[in-house]
Amino acid sequence: MALATENPTNLSPETGTGVIGVHGVTKRFPGVIAVNNVSLAFHPGEVHVLLGENGAGKSTLVGILSGLQEPDEGYLTLNGEKTRLASPSASLDAGISTVFQHSMLVPTLTVLENLTLGAPWYERPPRARIAARMEELKREFALSLPLDAITGELSLGQQQQIEIARALLRDSKVLILDEATSMLTPQGAQELGQRMQQLVKSGLAVIFITHKLAEAYRYGNRISVLKQGALAGELGPEELKSMNEEQAVEEIVRLMFGREAGATSTEHRASSAREETVLKVENLSTQGDADVIGLQDISLSLRAGEILGVAGIDGNGQKQLAEALAGQRPLASGRVELDAEDITRASVAQRRLKGLRYLTDDRLEEGSVAAFPISENTVLKDIGQPPFWINGIERPSLIARHARDLITKFSVRTPGETTPIGRLSGGNIQKVLLGRELSGEARVVVFNKPTYGLDLQNIDTSRQRIADIAGRGMGVVLISTDLDELMALSDRIAVMEGGRIRGVVENDGTGEALRLRIGRMMAGEEENRQATE
Amino acid sequence: MVDDVNPSSVDPEANAADSAGVVTERSAFQRVLTVTVGPIVAAFLLSAIILMLVGVNPLTYYGYILERSLFSGLGLEQTATRMAPLLFLVASLIIAFRAGIWNLGTDGQFLLGAVISAATAPLLVGVLPGWAVLVVGFALAALVGAVWSIIPALLKAYQGVNEIITTLMMSFLGVLLASTLVKLVFRDPTTTVPQTRTLPVADRLPRLFETSISSGLIWGLIAVVLVHLMMTRTSFGLRLRMVGANPAAATHAGLSVPLLTLATFGLSAGFAGLAGASEILGVAGNVRANWNPAYGLMVIPLVFLARFHGIGAIVLVFFYSALMIGSESAARRLGVPQDFTLVLVASLLICLGLGEYIDQHKRKKER
Repeated sequence: MALATENPTNLSPETGTGVIGVHGVTKRFPGVIAVNNVSLAFHPGEVHVLLGENGAGKSTLVGILSGLQEPDEGYLTLNGEKTRLASPSASLDAGISTVFQHSMLVPTLTVLENLTLGAPWYERPPRARIAARMEELKREFALSLPLDAITGELSLGQQQQIEIARALLRDSKVLILDEATSMLTPQGAQELGQRMQQLVKSGLAVIFITHKLAEAYRYGNRISVLKQGALAGELGPEELKSMNEEQAVEEIVRLMFGREAGATSTEHRASSAREETVLKVENLSTQGDADVIGLQDISLSLRAGEILGVAGIDGNGQKQLAEALAGQRPLASGRVELDAEDITRASVAQRRLKGLRYLTDDRLEEGSVAAFPISENTVLKDIGQPPFWINGIERPSLIARHARDLITKFSVRTPGETTPIGRLSGGNIQKVLLGRELSGEARVVVFNKPTYGLDLQNIDTSRQRIADIAGRGMGVVLISTDLDELMALSDRIAVMEGGRIRGVVENDGTGEALRLRIGRMMAGEEENRQATE
Repeated sequence: MVDDVNPSSVDPEANAADSAGVVTERSAFQRVLTVTVGPIVAAFLLSAIILMLVGVNPLTYYGYILERSLFSGLGLEQTATRMAPLLFLVASLIIAFRAGIWNLGTDGQFLLGAVISAATAPLLVGVLPGWAVLVVGFALAALVGAVWSIIPALLKAYQGVNEIITTLMMSFLGVLLASTLVKLVFRDPTTTVPQTRTLPVADRLPRLFETSISSGLIWGLIAVVLVHLMMTRTSFGLRLRMVGANPAAATHAGLSVPLLTLATFGLSAGFAGLAGASEILGVAGNVRANWNPAYGLMVIPLVFLARFHGIGAIVLVFFYSALMIGSESAARRLGVPQDFTLVLVASLLICLGLGEYIDQHKRKKER
């Protein structure tokens, strides 16, 4: 696309530290390093794309730049001087405006009222001045907004224009667009791309956050790729200009999904797959809505002792697939068979009894009840079942013994079984939940991002456990966003994108070639490659 | 709150976070001092200051309260009798609150239960044996109370409508409907003041031994203890608590959150209806138009302070009843306005709340 090549060279973005500099910034949350020693410089006259999967640290970085969070380590600079953005207003005063993914407008107010929000209370809204400025903006950036319309009645694209206009009215120097295209039509996204180029030509720095590869290339002048909180690589304007879209996407895929230097090389597991099919899914579809992606026509089969990896960028239907398999999500159509028995209509509890287990990725919010002791959490999926309940009466001593056994067997680090599970670290909660899913006769275990947010040691033990489970003849569906993990453990890897399975590849140990093939499917690029204008 | 206990955690980050705060455990005694004894003493001191300001000797006032509510035979009996409806309401709220449902509509449910039992029981006297009259009265009250919660229950279970709003709104409607029913439908034609027919004293709940204490007290105690055991020791109770603590986890574990929500509403409102019946069939005998003791809202802070624990709530209900009975009489005898009871109760609640706040604050510091 032509726009990407129109990089304004007269502003010499390569010199200096740029209008904002991020220097060795690290931000930790309980159990996770969200941003790990990231250094970046944002230059006026550039659309700087921050690209990465969910959880790569993009949003945290936006939070830091917009004054919502402060870094634990490292610092920010503004025009070369060290600065602190302790609050959103400090960030606004520094000339940084953020357009968040979800609208920050008051839907019941008019456009004019929304534009003047935040002005001193004693001033009348300067309507004439705003109208004049809007006229200018309309000429320069094709932002046309009806000032007296009720905001909630406008399209999402127009609402976003209001937020951009608000930033421009404040004379911002830096505009951050967080996942700005996610709610726009392709047409709207393209308009936004053009507008960003017009904005940077007027001397602004634009930071554009996205997880879509093609957008990054088309609208950006500089691309920084984030991976698991760290900066995985950067493509500067010269580099980008010298590549065509295909090459650029190839390079980005390599940065996003390639093996990072120094990563622990996990040997490819020897297959333990047997002949019999334990799980069969045919043409499974679910209803989607505005927040949740729908599944379309998913067919899979899983043999005993096999590990079927499910790869994909987070949020492409993996969780919905896991929930549909576990019986938590109603099906629009399709059929699920466990050991050749139709379980399409079986409830969560029935499926569990038949041996279908699901280990959720949301350990704290879905998998466990934080305030309950570990002991109760170990039996939450068996409430009312003997031997822990007899005629509905709880047998606390049996539950406690069961919990103690589980704690020993899975080496959970805890003061005791009466400790509320919410006080454990992520890895230890994971062990408790794994113990819960493996109790009784399991046939198929669905793991959703089992090692997400764990430290290295726990990651290794968890992977070993998953391999052991398959070795014992159970079928394993392993959903993960970590390609290394999938390639180390899986027999086959299904790639999900947009609620569909884009393809299933044998994990034949071809390493890098396979990795890039999967990466492209994850980005939806294999099919969309020709769609470039 | 994620990793504050686990010094031996293998997670290196968690360790770093842990070692930051040196844990100094306060003794249990100190905690009891901050959460219960301290605030109660403070509340009485606060009220004493107000009493002195209006020129009343606080010691005399408190002395009268104790004498009237606990140290006189009749007063103690009145205190015990007053406990009965409050205990049923405690049972109702423990179920709801533990299951994460904020049923604030107990007053409407209470009054409708009271009205239906007052309307039917006197008519059944002579038709059914005495015990059966009472059983029917209680059962109908529970049913009507539960029915009055159906709209909030369905809205909550299937549409996620906030039950705090809906139960409160239904409560206002319920109170007015109860009054309307007394005036128009169930009115006793033989009296001039609008009220229901009166259940003869002989047909009411039997009194305990030689006293005037209604045996509703015993049933109320049983109700609270049973509810407490149900919520803490049975699979059904755990299911309800799980829905209350984390609906997403409940769905994940295969529980039907909507059905359990309906059950919670039904049980909670049913017990509120029973509370109404216990007051009518045990003490009052009839419902006068516009009668609304508003016990339901009164009990809410007690249940919270007891942390939804049945036994704790029983103790609090006892002291609360004593305070109500005693201070009414003390106010009369010292010429203090009747409403001074409310001043005392309010300062008690505020001080207990502050105690909780200080305790929370200290615990946070310890981390």
